[in-house]
Amino acid sequence: MKKKTGRISTGALSLISFCVIIAAWCILTYGGFLNEIFMPSPTAVWNSLLEMAGDGSLWEHCFLSTKRVMIGWFWSAVAALPIGMLMARSKCFSAVIQPIIEFARYLPVVALVPLTILYLGIDENQKYVIIFLGTFFQLVLMVCDTVSSIEKNMLNAASTLGANKLQLYTEVIFPAALPGLMDDFRMTIGWAWTYLVVAEMVAASAGLGYIILKSQRFLATDVIFAGLIMIGLIGLVTDFILRILTKIIVPWHERLGD
Amino acid sequence: MDKIKLKVTNLQKVFPANGRREKDLDALKDINLEVRESEFVVMVGPSGCGKSTLINIIGGLADATEGSVEIDGREVSGPGADRGMVFQGYSLFPWLTVQKNIEFGLKMKKVPKAERAKIAQEYIQLVGLSGFENALPKQLSGGMKQRVAIARTLANQPEILLMDEPFGALDAQTRVVMQELLAKISRETKNTILFITHDIDEAILLADRIYVMSRRPGTIREVMEVNIPGERNHEILVTPEFLAMKRKIMEMLWQESQDAALDK
Repeated sequence: MKKKTGRISTGALSLISFCVIIAAWCILTYGGFLNEIFMPSPTAVWNSLLEMAGDGSLWEHCFLSTKRVMIGWFWSAVAALPIGMLMARSKCFSAVIQPIIEFARYLPVVALVPLTILYLGIDENQKYVIIFLGTFFQLVLMVCDTVSSIEKNMLNAASTLGANKLQLYTEVIFPAALPGLMDDFRMTIGWAWTYLVVAEMVAASAGLGYIILKSQRFLATDVIFAGLIMIGLIGLVTDFILRILTKIIVPWHERLGD
Repeated sequence: MDKIKLKVTNLQKVFPANGRREKDLDALKDINLEVRESEFVVMVGPSGCGKSTLINIIGGLADATEGSVEIDGREVSGPGADRGMVFQGYSLFPWLTVQKNIEFGLKMKKVPKAERAKIAQEYIQLVGLSGFENALPKQLSGGMKQRVAIARTLANQPEILLMDEPFGALDAQTRVVMQELLAKISRETKNTILFITHDIDEAILLADRIYVMSRRPGTIREVMEVNIPGERNHEILVTPEFLAMKRKIMEMLWQESQDAALDK
């Protein structure tokens, strides 16, 4: 009972914080405190959203961007998972891989865009690669960290129950790390959106990042805001879905604050 | 005379000097011990005497510096299903139900599913967890978790059960209940058990034989047979035989800690 009222009030709080921001936006723009060119009014943004939704271009851009994020991020997760797990478990493997990862992690992805264009041109693969490069190196280290923090006792118990090395990974390490991994995934999928915009701002002819950049040239700040809002909304929905998924996949997990 | 199940010969453990340690640390020295088939052996010693190190070496979770560990006359190294371990921290798999936890070892051995369930059911009954088959570890109390851990290890039918202060984290009442349960299980299943504790009452209550360890470097100070007839339960805690034995062990351990204090 108590828990339920608590949940309602936190939901209400989230709603209020959104309302406050929108209210401030209304006051600043309708009150004439800010130049319409720099800060379009909610009506203007709403109208441009409606217009783009009307001719279908909004959904196309959203769909394309989401697809790029998902594919790029998916491959980075697929690659990062085994490498991060091995790094956490094998000192030798870690010694070989870690310096490379740490080095690559500090390279700004923006600086790699010219190379990716030279190597791959400006097709879809180049977008995936940018998102991959942006998230992979971080994710490997996060996976490694998550796997390292598994209770040693659980592994000891498993090996004295006769689990072999492969079984340790599949039957113990992976499930034990899963709650932490879900969090890692949720974080990196957010970053993937950042790198998507990087990719779409340089060499794209569609996508949310592209319309944002294009609108800058025409001073169409209402469209820029429309694009930003869509990215934020998609992010919110993705996060929500992943949270629900986490509850479904690891119902046994106890979390502080639940 | 019963067959010897576990034999530890001239075991030494030295933790070499490193950044934190200036000198080599002798943790265990000249450890010789035997556990016969179906025997319940308890090692009791002051904290820090290396008893956990010893049981980890026997279980294959740590390496000995010197010496050997044999099961049925065959030298072993590395962990294996022949030496089942029960830890103080339960270390259940939180994503598996009680039943699946107990089936874990059998699953690793690729025992067919139906047979796994049948064996698990047997041990669920043995430890008194009927009705909790589908509960998750987070829904269980400490005592129940340790019941699952014991059943999980027993279901795997190890040659010897190694128990590292399994009841150390439980409250006093639950501990007595678990001790009586374990005494009953060992009587019924005839398992060979090596049990480690610093609790003298627990040692005498459970053991057929007690090894008393010295302070660091851990050596075996004395071996004692426990000849208390009848069923092992909390009632024996006040019998004269029990108290005489308790006094003897207490004096030994007290002397050890006295020596340790003077040494410092």
